[in-house]
Amino acid sequence: MTIKFIRDHGQHYRPRMACLAKVEAMVLEMQDSKSGVKSSEQKLNITSIPHVVTGQDILAWIANHMKVDAQEAQTIGTMLVAYGFIYPLQDHKKLILKPDVSLYRFQTPYFWPVQKWKADNTDYAIYLAKRNIRKKGTLDVYEQEYYKNLHKWLNHKWDFIVMQAKEQYRAGKERNKADRVVFDCQERAYWIVHRPPPRTHSAMDYGVDRLIDPNAEENKTFDYYRRIIIFTQQAIMRSKVKSTVSLGAILKHMTTYKDHDPFLAPCLPSNPWQTDDSSYWDLNMRNVEIPTKMRVERWSFSFFELLNDPRGRTDFKVFLKKEFSGENLAFWEAAEEMKWGTASSISEKAQTIFKTFLAPGAPRWINIDGRTMGLTVKGLEHPHRYVLDAAQTHIFMLMKKDTFYRYLKSPVYKDIQKKALSPAPHNFTPSQLEQNAQNRKPGINPIIIWQQEEEERAKAAAAAGPIDIKKLMASKLDRK
Amino acid sequence: NFCVIFITFEGFLSRAGEANFPLAKMAAQEVQPSETIAKLKSESEALKTKLEEERAKLHDVELHQVAEKVDPLGQFVMKTRRTLKGHGNKVLCMDWCKDKRRIVSSSQDGKVIVWDAFTTNKEHAVTMPCTWVMACAYAPSGCAVACGGLDNKCSVYPLSLDKNENLAAKKKSVAMHTNYLSACSFTNSDMQILTSSGDGTCALWDVESGQLLQSFHGHAADVLCLDLAPSETGNTFVSGGCDKKANVWDMRSGQCIQSFETHESDINSVRYYPSGDAFASGSDDATCRLYDLRADREVAIYSKESIIFGASSVDFSLSGRLLFGGYNDYTINVWDVLKGTRVSILFGHENRVSTLRVSPDGTAFCSGSWDHTLRVRE
Repeated sequence: MTIKFIRDHGQHYRPRMACLAKVEAMVLEMQDSKSGVKSSEQKLNITSIPHVVTGQDILAWIANHMKVDAQEAQTIGTMLVAYGFIYPLQDHKKLILKPDVSLYRFQTPYFWPVQKWKADNTDYAIYLAKRNIRKKGTLDVYEQEYYKNLHKWLNHKWDFIVMQAKEQYRAGKERNKADRVVFDCQERAYWIVHRPPPRTHSAMDYGVDRLIDPNAEENKTFDYYRRIIIFTQQAIMRSKVKSTVSLGAILKHMTTYKDHDPFLAPCLPSNPWQTDDSSYWDLNMRNVEIPTKMRVERWSFSFFELLNDPRGRTDFKVFLKKEFSGENLAFWEAAEEMKWGTASSISEKAQTIFKTFLAPGAPRWINIDGRTMGLTVKGLEHPHRYVLDAAQTHIFMLMKKDTFYRYLKSPVYKDIQKKALSPAPHNFTPSQLEQNAQNRKPGINPIIIWQQEEEERAKAAAAAGPIDIKKLMASKLDRK
Repeated sequence: NFCVIFITFEGFLSRAGEANFPLAKMAAQEVQPSETIAKLKSESEALKTKLEEERAKLHDVELHQVAEKVDPLGQFVMKTRRTLKGHGNKVLCMDWCKDKRRIVSSSQDGKVIVWDAFTTNKEHAVTMPCTWVMACAYAPSGCAVACGGLDNKCSVYPLSLDKNENLAAKKKSVAMHTNYLSACSFTNSDMQILTSSGDGTCALWDVESGQLLQSFHGHAADVLCLDLAPSETGNTFVSGGCDKKANVWDMRSGQCIQSFETHESDINSVRYYPSGDAFASGSDDATCRLYDLRADREVAIYSKESIIFGASSVDFSLSGRLLFGGYNDYTINVWDVLKGTRVSILFGHENRVSTLRVSPDGTAFCSGSWDHTLRVRE
């Protein structure tokens, strides 16, 4: 069981409530006698309460002042009520802003959520006790629950609580009726916000406490400044590019992918979420025989895209086979597997990679410059996760700058471009759409796909392994 | 007596500038803490100014100027296509599976549910031994999920085809922090997990052995979010924390390579731009910001007078043109990343939007909220 520190709502150090500063300013403006929301006196159960506003007036003011439409104004208004800046006079347990003639009042700043003291249990107990004294049986079920629990937890100060409650009750009686009613409403609203009824939420609910106080001054020791100095020096030395270049690259990415973004251009044949038809996903499965034209086009955007798409990678491998240069990609894949694999398998994988790709006379020897080769081989004596990084980057750059472009111009790619599908857009009638909604297909479980791929990988690994000549000859002789 | 000596010695130190005090001269030859710190402080200030100057030299164009040549976006109609109900309490986090239709979500009541969002069927449910499961992630293979929260750990649950199997039996505890887990993510494979925690650190773990591979120190307060770079080298990630900083880290060396401190409050969410050259952040100061990594500066602020409450989570659409932000005022705002304008505002949730992710193929996005539901919209 975690022991929770007693923290205040912590507004003074948890900037999570930073938004409330803006809200406060807005609420003050709303109460301005000239430009604020117009208020009037209303009768509530025989007493006349001043400065009452209607929901629709509040909404109109917000919509006007913030220049937003009705729905957004409703959102802002609801937040004001949820945080307790405005409280409803009727139906006081539901903290929403109703866009009609429902009556609301502005909460007194004493009870605003930004006050630097927390809504103490002791205060709540006093409040409930006071209401009990005033008229027995006015507490709701959930309040009675609270009251019982508080009586248990605060038993040691119960006399104090009862005494305080009596005092406040007596002091309240000495006020005039209208003030008393107003104060009661305010207090009640405050506690609805801080101790919400069940199955409602409180805006004061902020989730888990932050551990470290971000406003606490960090101990400015030597180390602190030395760290900053080292970091800033490195940051100055790091190469940066001009904004025209970097922003241009960002813009280029957006333009290139514009037609592939399902939010900006319709996906063919149709977006499965819209039409409940999963053909789009079926056509774009990981290892589909014939890919779609959009998918094939995407491979040409960058080498990274081509490799990331399993179907693209397969097609690239077909091209490499024709060129007899499959070892580069095989090395890159093996290095990736080692980098992202389990810690325990690193030395074993390093050995295999060395034997297959790097050793002199290896069956799939890769052609990298002498210096990189030397560094890599030396590093492999004590293999760690990133030992192949230099070689891997070299090979990747080689493939990216040379092989990739040749692939795009090759008959293999042109062939797949021709064969690629261009599905016609779906045009479902409303009744068909209903049908689709009822017959949503469950699709293949990713675990099954993974198992299939593992089997294929194992087969491929076995096939690529060194062939035992003796066994082969022995089996041939046997047959003879 | 010692105190008396100490106080008089302090007195000497404070007057160390006066050359006539023999004791002060002796003290001057040893370490004088206050003076050296002052020197270091001024040196660091000078360097910071120099860095700003260097950055300013490259600042030759603004994003909105680049955006002038681009056509504005049309109107968007985004409807809720699925509402996933089943959590008994606030939904805190969610993640998509690479098959583009499955989702894992976690909530305050300790439940982690795997859904097929397309059919809205619940496929698996796990009950964690703690409440407030603030982080969950789907493995790239689709065969496991990771989750954690107030238990300070990140646990991996392998999923099974058998619906009746008790997944908790095969649970594997991977990460151990000294405080709550705020975010977790698998790297390019199922074998490594990156986590961030309230204790101010991020860490990289080996799933099989539970070994700590690398830890990342540099945040001065709770780290709330992280995201891995989608680059071909896959070696960096960005994290955002309560110290208002967003830091970019090198996974191999554990060093912080870039840092941005322009937000005015906690950074709740960070997400890379699809090309990896930039990232967006959402914060309690009610703004989302875009940071350019190559030019090393903030390039855009997405905010409006009428947006007063914090952004809890952000994500880009596939092309990067749209930025979706889930906010604490129950709404989702959709921003045009280039022009900086708000394209659309979406309603529907009845409590804070706590998490938001775009699906892997960009066909839809899912938002999870404290109103116990998840909504898939497109």
